[in-house]
Amino acid sequence: MFSRIFTVAGQEIRIGIRNRWILLAAMILAVFSLALALLGSAPAGTLGVDRLTITVASLASLSVYLVPLIALLLAFDAICGEIERGTLLMTLSCPISRVEFLIGKAVGHTLVLAFALVVGYGLTAGLLVAAGYGSLSGLADFVRLIATSILLGACFLATGYVLSSLTRQSRTAAAASVAVWLMMVVLYDLALLGALVANPSGVFASDVFPYAILLNPADAFRLFNLAALGTSDLMGGMAGVADALPFDPLLALGSLTVLAGLAMAGSALLIKRIAP
Amino acid sequence: MTETSLAAPTLRVDGVCKTFSGHKAVDDVSFSLNAGERVAMLGHNGAGKTTLFKIVLGFLKRDHGDVTVMGAAPGSHDARVGTAYLPESVAFPASLTGKEVLTFYARLKGESPAKALPLLERVGLAEAAKRRVGTYSKGMRQRLGLAQALIGRPRLILLDEPTTGLDPISRQTVYELIGEIAGQGTTVLLSSHALTELEARTDRILILSKGRLVADDVLSRLRAQAGLPIRLKVWTRPEDLAHVSESLGGGQMNGRSVEFNCNADDKIRTLSAISALGSLVEDVDVHAPSLDDVYRYFSSAAGKEA
Repeated sequence: MFSRIFTVAGQEIRIGIRNRWILLAAMILAVFSLALALLGSAPAGTLGVDRLTITVASLASLSVYLVPLIALLLAFDAICGEIERGTLLMTLSCPISRVEFLIGKAVGHTLVLAFALVVGYGLTAGLLVAAGYGSLSGLADFVRLIATSILLGACFLATGYVLSSLTRQSRTAAAASVAVWLMMVVLYDLALLGALVANPSGVFASDVFPYAILLNPADAFRLFNLAALGTSDLMGGMAGVADALPFDPLLALGSLTVLAGLAMAGSALLIKRIAP
Repeated sequence: MTETSLAAPTLRVDGVCKTFSGHKAVDDVSFSLNAGERVAMLGHNGAGKTTLFKIVLGFLKRDHGDVTVMGAAPGSHDARVGTAYLPESVAFPASLTGKEVLTFYARLKGESPAKALPLLERVGLAEAAKRRVGTYSKGMRQRLGLAQALIGRPRLILLDEPTTGLDPISRQTVYELIGEIAGQGTTVLLSSHALTELEARTDRILILSKGRLVADDVLSRLRAQAGLPIRLKVWTRPEDLAHVSESLGGGQMNGRSVEFNCNADDKIRTLSAISALGSLVEDVDVHAPSLDDVYRYFSSAAGKEA
């Protein structure tokens, strides 16, 4: 069982290296995070906060946009693309179960994403430490950021597999992935903010809004990271909610894990129903 | 064929039906294949060949009937261990090399890659093993697919149109390989459109038409069953045309030749009548019914019945 899972995972990683997916993802993350670190750290000196920590706070917001996008791009093709190319028929006629196949893909894609995150963000962290801005606690923040980004990525990888098993054409799955990204990462927040602005002191703001944040992995991720930094008062915007929450921010981490598990279970159920 | 192989067919399909939203894709099909048999499944596009393959592999659920693959249920672990499949069209990841693709499938089948890699040599891809699949020609990709199907000595190989789009030399290679593996006791079931090339290379022929199995026999018997006439074409000079036609009992005249049918039993008698005409005859074409004709006979007969 494990050897088959690792075989599938290994193939995904190899393909990721060959078509330069890993390189591209790592470069995008490195470029954006370096830009944020160099440009965004200008005010850090006056505030007396560790520059690494400030950078992590900006990178958390960057991750919210980029990591789901990279994950969906890695995953949308995983099942329907293999159906289109005829390789799914061939692979599943071998003695490998569909769930093993799916887990193999997930392991491979997660490792691809993890590598890109470690290299991309690690480059920025290394540069800051080398420049003498880093401290041990700041590095811990970086590690937390990368670890939770991987979890966030896993959430959206599994979402991608769900979309990929629901559609029979990879073009349809690509369109659906873009729509999901837009909804979860951009529109969901806008809708929540709109509702908040419309009625800042109502039942929505106190009882619905905090839980609505937990239900979206992107928001749960941002909430947990900013709360863990304890710098939310510096960041303003949505980050400010962390202090007024009716629950422990750790719950956001739990929610992220549960959502990833649910999406993965959902895609496992769906792939069993596919007739390739 | 030994007693044991008769007792336990590699593949048994019994009264299988499959309907897709009102359309009967496979309609009450029964046959069984024994060890070492090379069987060709013929049928027009949409006759149900691929559907039947997918049912045998366990990808599609049948509505009625029974399928056993080496005594196991289709799609079960035991059945998949002994079965190999080459789909009609496969596009391997273009950025991987042939060797990597074969290693991948060997691992999935629980076979050591070191044992599987010599297969690349057998299908003539030894030199291309380290090149990316994206650079392969259609024939090379098909041969890579075939190498994949040979990993681990399966007992049943299903090949869905293995020679479509291949040049004559590649086709030859494919059939040589099929003969070789059937000689080792593996049952090979292949579907094809290219009928004439199957003539000497299969032991048995199944013909599917509109989901129904309309023929299941060796080619020579199918030919006799169809009772198709032999078509003769006698070339002569234009001025002798009428005379030749008359002495051979009529037939269609076209400028310099007379065309007519004769039964298989009358073949020799007719040929001697032609040679009796002596110098009047310039040339003779004898066209025995090909597999194409036999196939057309059986599938159109089924069409009339329906």
